[in-house]
Amino acid sequence: MLEQIEGSKAMARTIGLCRPQVVCAYPITPQTHIVEGLGDLVRLGRLENCEFINVESEFAALSVAIGASAAGARAYTATASQGLLFMAEAVYNAAGLGLPIVMTLGNRAIGAPINIWNDHSDAMALRESGWIQLFAETNQEAADLHIQAFRLAEELSVPTMVCVDGFILTHAVERVDIPDQASVDAYLPPYEPMQILDPEDPISIGAMVGPDAFTEVRYLQYFKQHTALALIEKLAAEFQRRFGRACGGLLRQYETADAELIVVAMGSLNGTIKDVIDEMRADGVSVGLVTLVTFRPFPTRALREALARARNVIVIDKALDVGMGGPLASNVAIAMRGLPQAPAMHSAIVGLGGRPVPKASLHRLFRQATIQPWEGPHFLDLNERVVAREIHRRGKARRAGPAAEAILKQLERERQAKIAERAP
Amino acid sequence: MFQVRIHGRGGQGVVTAAEMLSVAAFLEGKHAQAFPSFGSERMGAPVVAFCRIADKEIRLREPIQNPDAVIVQDPTLFKALDVAEGLDPQGYLIVNTAKSFAELHVEAILARIPPRHALTSPATELAMKYVRRPAPNTALLGAFAASVGIVSLDSVLEAIRRAFPGKVGEANVEAAKAAHALVTAKAAA
Amino acid sequence: MNDVQKLKFYQKGTLTVGNRLVDEAERTVQASLARSNSLTSGHRACQGCGEALGARYAIDAAMRATGGDLIAVNATGCLEVFTTPYPETSWQMPWMHSLFGNAAAVATGVAAAMRVTKRETRVVAQGGDGGTTDIGFGCLSGMFERNDDVLYICYDNEGYMNTGVQRSSATPPTARTATTPTLGPEPGNVFGTGKFVPKIAVAHEIPFVATASVADLHDLEAKVTKAMGFRGARYIQINVPCPLGWGAASHDTVKLARLAIETGLFPIFEAEHGRVTDVRKIRRKTPVVEYLKLQRRFAHLFRDGREDPRVARLQALADKRIAEYGLLEAEG
Repeated sequence: MLEQIEGSKAMARTIGLCRPQVVCAYPITPQTHIVEGLGDLVRLGRLENCEFINVESEFAALSVAIGASAAGARAYTATASQGLLFMAEAVYNAAGLGLPIVMTLGNRAIGAPINIWNDHSDAMALRESGWIQLFAETNQEAADLHIQAFRLAEELSVPTMVCVDGFILTHAVERVDIPDQASVDAYLPPYEPMQILDPEDPISIGAMVGPDAFTEVRYLQYFKQHTALALIEKLAAEFQRRFGRACGGLLRQYETADAELIVVAMGSLNGTIKDVIDEMRADGVSVGLVTLVTFRPFPTRALREALARARNVIVIDKALDVGMGGPLASNVAIAMRGLPQAPAMHSAIVGLGGRPVPKASLHRLFRQATIQPWEGPHFLDLNERVVAREIHRRGKARRAGPAAEAILKQLERERQAKIAERAP
Repeated sequence: MFQVRIHGRGGQGVVTAAEMLSVAAFLEGKHAQAFPSFGSERMGAPVVAFCRIADKEIRLREPIQNPDAVIVQDPTLFKALDVAEGLDPQGYLIVNTAKSFAELHVEAILARIPPRHALTSPATELAMKYVRRPAPNTALLGAFAASVGIVSLDSVLEAIRRAFPGKVGEANVEAAKAAHALVTAKAAA
Repeated sequence: MNDVQKLKFYQKGTLTVGNRLVDEAERTVQASLARSNSLTSGHRACQGCGEALGARYAIDAAMRATGGDLIAVNATGCLEVFTTPYPETSWQMPWMHSLFGNAAAVATGVAAAMRVTKRETRVVAQGGDGGTTDIGFGCLSGMFERNDDVLYICYDNEGYMNTGVQRSSATPPTARTATTPTLGPEPGNVFGTGKFVPKIAVAHEIPFVATASVADLHDLEAKVTKAMGFRGARYIQINVPCPLGWGAASHDTVKLARLAIETGLFPIFEAEHGRVTDVRKIRRKTPVVEYLKLQRRFAHLFRDGREDPRVARLQALADKRIAEYGLLEAEG
């Protein structure tokens, strides 16, 4: 049923329809409303046969999910940013053990400096853990991806995280079609574990594996990720047949058929980019968009095909691999390797720590690729004056004081100057 | 697409106002998107919330830079920031105050928009009268419905009832109706 | 006329007084051929490992108490490593190892899964002192606080043995470990540090807390059995000597465990909902020196035939524990 609802609450309702049996999470902005929503559903008796457990840390949250999943229950948790890092050991553990846990990641920047706003650094930090990572573009997709995630995770026995831009999606109120229980039940059957702790048939889970077998075990994980590529598309197609909505899958293409310039991006920013593309096309610019929904496993082949005929590709990263550049850009570059006429790739770092990404900035960025191409990471809307000043200031004294403070002071000075200019 | 930006201070229900407005639009079959500008929340700090209303899917997600309407829940904000920044030349300005615009000294802003599009509403006073709490958001939405015409009063009232069930909802409905009536009376005069 | 001498038969099950004095019902689980042998032979523990002994004792008792309807969650550590050398396992019951610090939380998850799938299977979490008193402490306290239906058993060998004998917060003062070497002004582990988790468990007011030892099989089994009769969070800390880490002879394991009790250094007690309900009295108070001298980790206290003054402090520590828990019979 169509509702005007906050993203978190839409997700909570949809996750509830997936009949999770153990829900455990530790509060962290911006995921709190999701877990609170689930807790309410349990207390009101609207989500039956579900144990809602208040844990003392994110590490405990995922650990409880690990125990529950290994013992045969459908387990769910949610976190963001610092919380994901705090449970990092368990994230790898769940993947290595092959437990089909579903987790919502309310994408948020990682400190220091502490920052509660959206970017993709948390998802990027754990991209090598072996979890499947799906990125939602809208709150409708955020809700729907959870349904697909449970099915995907359980069919493969691979944990899956659904990445949802913190605040931008989680705290936005917009229209979402919440499915009915029967439809979800038809798509998502009860959990049938590939391994289970059971006195009737005792097994030992989690033994040490030495050099003689470790590579093979890891290869099998890699193989499963590969298998996931096809399964993700199959499940998305089935979802569309059953629910009437196209969502999920590996990637989507918007106006790419003849595009000379193609933008690649993940998450909510795709919506804004589509508006920019429409405006640029109206101006005669040949530009299109590839929305990457599945980041892990990385859909190398599908992406190659989508980008093969472009002349320029701009990769939008909402995260920074500090010693290297844009993590998504690195992955896209690999995907384009070996193309007979590989497009020139331009990497842009945008929206770090929740900085808004306005249409005007994207217009400028996209035009620049064809006028004044760049290669290495371009930091969108970087205040170069402030940065130059800070670099100079730090060069003068060893104990130069906190950078953030100096930057904020300078920004405030600039702001006051602007106001003074405008005053009569 | 119609873009509304709501300014206020923490505790005045700015975020709820944007959400209720989006629900009102939804009830009329429109697409609507409401979200706060996410700052550290503390009582009394300036807060901004946004609401976009359109007849088709809203894909844009940036903070509203060029609003078609600005609602100011707390007039002390005029001194703190440029609440009307980017306001469309045909845009609306609705200010919560029992004073007149002359007393607010915002001539520079008023000069930018059509005179009929600028209005005041004693929303806090109405809220105190009907709801007995100084939460001006619902009354201001009543005034908004009267002047802007993008959502009907009935939709606004239903959105209020959904946000505040029971007696509290009805009290807020009265405040909104009263604010609405004041605006229509003034327009008729 | 001779005074009547009071005789106490302590060890009814030994050859001293003869097994035939022990009633069938009082015999230990270990004495039975029908014991589950949950931790079966073939594991890779060191000769004389107290933890291998303690774990077999404890889990077999828990299996008897639950009719074999039990799942075990194990922290990383000696027990986990020597019982599951890939591709073998010596566990004959469902067993899971996740991480070093999360055994209590994983056990919580297993217990929740049992409730929600309507199964009666009980859950035991187990780990060494490192995984329990240090890195696992947060999860342990969380499990206690929620009163999850888990029995947590800590096998306390007073150090991180699996990684090469490093100090934990359960390491006694003066003990030599790789990270508390016998160098500098205060050789070995220092006084004024350390924590005794059973006391902290009692402070959580959970249904049942107990300490036990591999030196007293009856007592250990009784406590595990009693624990399984409760619902909610339960904790048992078992003192398990480590020949390698303690620098002791592998045949001295049970003797050392007994001496730890008899000196008062390791108090044996049980508690329910925050109050101590019973203690095991010391039979023959023994000076700590007799215990220390059997372990090379304390050898530096007796160099060149002299006794380090800190031995007296250890004795004072033991006396303090005896007084605190009332471990001696009243006189008369």
